Amino acid sequence: MNNFRISPDRRRVLLGAAAAASSPFWFNIARAQSDPIKIGFPVPLTGPFSAEAQGQERAAQIAVREFNDAGGFKGRMAELLVRDDKLNAGEAATRTLELIEKDKVNFVVGSLSAAVQLSVNNVTKARKVIFNSISQSDTINEASDWSPYTFHEALNPHMTAGAVGRYLFKNFGKRVAFLTADYAYGHEMVRGFQTAGKAFGVETLADIRHPLGTSDFSAFLPRIQALKPDILILCNFGRDLVNSVKQAADFGIKSTTRIATPVLLFTARLAGGADAFDGVVGGASFYWGLESSVPSARAFNDKYRKAYGGEVPSDYGALGYGGVRTVLTAVRNAGTTEADKVIAALRALKYDYYKGPQYYRACDHQSVQSVLILRSKSKNMKDKNDVFDIVSIEQPGEGNLRSCAELGHKA
Amino acid sequence: MEAFRPQVDFIARHRVAAVVVFLSLFPLLVPYQALAVNILIFGLYAMGFNILFGYTGMLSFGHAAFLGTGSYGAGIAIVHLGWPWYVAIATGVAAATAVGMVVGFLAIRARGIYFAMVTLALAQCVYYVFFQAETYTGGENGLRGVEVGVIDLFGWRLDFVDPTVKYYVVLAFVAFALWFVSRVLGSPFGAVIETVRENERRAQACGYDVARTKLVAFVISAALCGLAGTLRALHLSIVPIDSLHYLTSGLVVMMCLLGGMGTFFGPFVGAATLLLIEETFTNLTRHWQLITGVVFMACVLFFPRGIWGSILHWIRREGR
Amino acid sequence: MADVNLFLLQLFTGLALGSVYVLLATGLSLIFGMLTVVSFAHGAFFMVGAYIGVYQYGVTGNFWISLVVVPLVVGTVGLLTERFLVRPLYGRGIDYPLLLTFGLSYVLIEIVRIFFGVQGIPISTPEGLRGAVNIGVGHFPLYRLFLIVATAVVVGGLWLFIERTRFGLIIRAGARDPEIVRVLGIDISRVWLLVFGLGTAIAGLSGILAAPIRAVTPEMGIPVLVESFVVTVVGGMGSLAGAVVAGLLVGVVFSLTSLYAPAFAETSIFALMALVLLVRPQGLLGRAGLMG
Repeated sequence: MNNFRISPDRRRVLLGAAAAASSPFWFNIARAQSDPIKIGFPVPLTGPFSAEAQGQERAAQIAVREFNDAGGFKGRMAELLVRDDKLNAGEAATRTLELIEKDKVNFVVGSLSAAVQLSVNNVTKARKVIFNSISQSDTINEASDWSPYTFHEALNPHMTAGAVGRYLFKNFGKRVAFLTADYAYGHEMVRGFQTAGKAFGVETLADIRHPLGTSDFSAFLPRIQALKPDILILCNFGRDLVNSVKQAADFGIKSTTRIATPVLLFTARLAGGADAFDGVVGGASFYWGLESSVPSARAFNDKYRKAYGGEVPSDYGALGYGGVRTVLTAVRNAGTTEADKVIAALRALKYDYYKGPQYYRACDHQSVQSVLILRSKSKNMKDKNDVFDIVSIEQPGEGNLRSCAELGHKA
Repeated sequence: MEAFRPQVDFIARHRVAAVVVFLSLFPLLVPYQALAVNILIFGLYAMGFNILFGYTGMLSFGHAAFLGTGSYGAGIAIVHLGWPWYVAIATGVAAATAVGMVVGFLAIRARGIYFAMVTLALAQCVYYVFFQAETYTGGENGLRGVEVGVIDLFGWRLDFVDPTVKYYVVLAFVAFALWFVSRVLGSPFGAVIETVRENERRAQACGYDVARTKLVAFVISAALCGLAGTLRALHLSIVPIDSLHYLTSGLVVMMCLLGGMGTFFGPFVGAATLLLIEETFTNLTRHWQLITGVVFMACVLFFPRGIWGSILHWIRREGR
Repeated sequence: MADVNLFLLQLFTGLALGSVYVLLATGLSLIFGMLTVVSFAHGAFFMVGAYIGVYQYGVTGNFWISLVVVPLVVGTVGLLTERFLVRPLYGRGIDYPLLLTFGLSYVLIEIVRIFFGVQGIPISTPEGLRGAVNIGVGHFPLYRLFLIVATAVVVGGLWLFIERTRFGLIIRAGARDPEIVRVLGIDISRVWLLVFGLGTAIAGLSGILAAPIRAVTPEMGIPVLVESFVVTVVGGMGSLAGAVVAGLLVGVVFSLTSLYAPAFAETSIFALMALVLLVRPQGLLGRAGLMG
């Protein structure tokens, strides 16, 4: 950050502050001028997904810095208030209350779990504060949870599973087994795959539900081994994914079956290692390798590399950038931080910030965007970050989303 | 210290009033109201737990079951049944009391470490029941939409979304609970449970029905934790599944021990200390758990009476 | 025929899983049985063992060295823990060591996060134990077969040590009546020190042994703590034979529930624990009246 450079705007702010010090009457006006645009950013800085959260925070800071370097908005600079939600819905609700009641944030962007985003959303909508969620959930699109203040920058399970499913069923076969973490995220993914599978005549051999946070999957694997499906889809996330991929590989399942997962996490692949993940297919909202074909991805990666010593952004990290930048752009377009006008500006936004064209669908504010299909590799890797091949990209289209009527929206 | 003797005695005699006065001014000392409300709620949770752990001498590792049942009871009453908030609170407390009776009935057969393990195991079973009942509880996603909105109190309209209003509404319930606990501890029953803690056999020999005493203490404890749970549901407007997690059971043990088990005000001191430590250090370092862990170990090693217990001990010794 | 094969493979998987549970629970059970200390840091010691082992494996490229290095390092950490943290608490009741080790587990997890990062580190199965072999009813991972043998060696060795050596005799006597042992002129605190060290060394060893099948992350010890508790409680706290029987039982129950009602696999082991505690509070092979 250019800490020592004082922009013309800031100089005016300082003068205003000096005036405020000498004359109490001017205080309020000076304050309105200098008030930063505050964005609350609850993410799980501690706990199992802290690596992803750190990526989200870093990418979001880039969006804030860009905005401020371009002069902010009418002299008002953006400020990111990062809070640790500890991946806990109760803590997230408290943190969001703190952000709104004490810090008086203008907007909230963040979250890295379905439960947390629903909890944050529940708090923000009751207080009419815009919330842009940057993690996956189908539920947040549904009319009972959604509100006009709710935006969803991330993919949702229906889009992700649909895109991955269409690729899998076309290339690897129609006999499918699921090993699913027994919670909403897992169930939503299975539903997405099965919906996409209807067009291909896909046969579900088994949908085995495992408890969330299982560390030993051996007891679930003999049945899958006996079924010999064409595709085994692991509808779980993070640590569960690492464990189940590792153990399924140990059971020799790869010899008869293609292993796939809806969300192939960059960090999970790093933690699981190249051998265990070799050949595993999955989806992502972003992978840094997209830069070879998409100019905005290259621009974003370069900014990130420059800011963080050559590191590349991760999938969930990049969402932090998109989620914050759309809100700040909407402020500029609307000419105010007033929620209703910013909402209108967000709804009108057509943007391409880091992965190709995107926009928020009118009825549920779901970001319509592309889905990347990745395959994990163990050979010909150029460096430690070169872990996936992009095998396909499903282009954005509202047809890949659940219909507004299905979600319970009127329009 | 001798000079303050009358004052100390005065406060000790009017402990409920003293605590309530202190808690009324408490929001002024805390960074923000949502945290102050959390401290009230967890203080109440720890106070309920303290009846069993501190006064009756039974270490339970499953009290999250009662906090969570209270939360879900109130939440389901509001979200799915559309009942008014005060009925929802009653529902939550009733549900927690009922679960407390069942768990207590089964668990008091075991003693010592086995008692702790039985409560843990049964609380895990409660966790899975609520986790699986996704239609009513939202499962892992939690239960959303526990909105109170505007409270109409005989024509006096209170906006529950306003953080200050929320604090004092919650405080009213906590004050009631404090009064109730003070009465229980001051009654003959209070003397009996302390006898059970000190020497179970002697209590039995004196003709007390130890099993029944334990069960009643367990159920009172569960009901108070349930009340804390209902208030938490209203405060957060959601019920997170973590309310039932065994780490939430562990948390209350930490709070109670940190504050001083077997003291009237200790649980609130413990809850406040732990939450304020977390609050302070989460904003400074990602490794706040290191600090929490070290503080906790130091407490166990050097202040076995807890913070409030040590203060009381010091005052009493000085006063002698 | 396929169904019978599947059932048999599932049963075998359960026994193999059970042997992992036995391995995890042995250290905990040993410490409880001899010291009546419930070590809530057991899972954290397990995790520290896995990290040190994986780090060592990365440096030397030889997995087997870890099996010697890890117990020594983690055992030393255990000795220090007993000497400086747990010893001052003897005689203050069972709650205090339990709560202290609870705090210690927070600290250990956080230290590992500081040194090794938060997202976990990869480890591949050691050369020669990779892949699956046909055991007649289906394919089974070679490494898990190795774990069954490793568990048998560890438990067998421990049993011989306790039942057949002079030192083991002192340990057993100390567990039964520390006063008498002290009167006989034996420094009981040194015995407790060594037992605690041995228990944590085994926790660390089980950490590195389990590392190739589980993700190595700072939180990997949390489910292990829970699993070991269930096994120890079901078997009877402080009974080595109980831990073996209970570990296998829990493994089979988990495995068979996984086949017929997978969503309830985890609930089933807690239900089993609750059931055993209610019918036989001291556990299957535990002594009655302990800690009563």
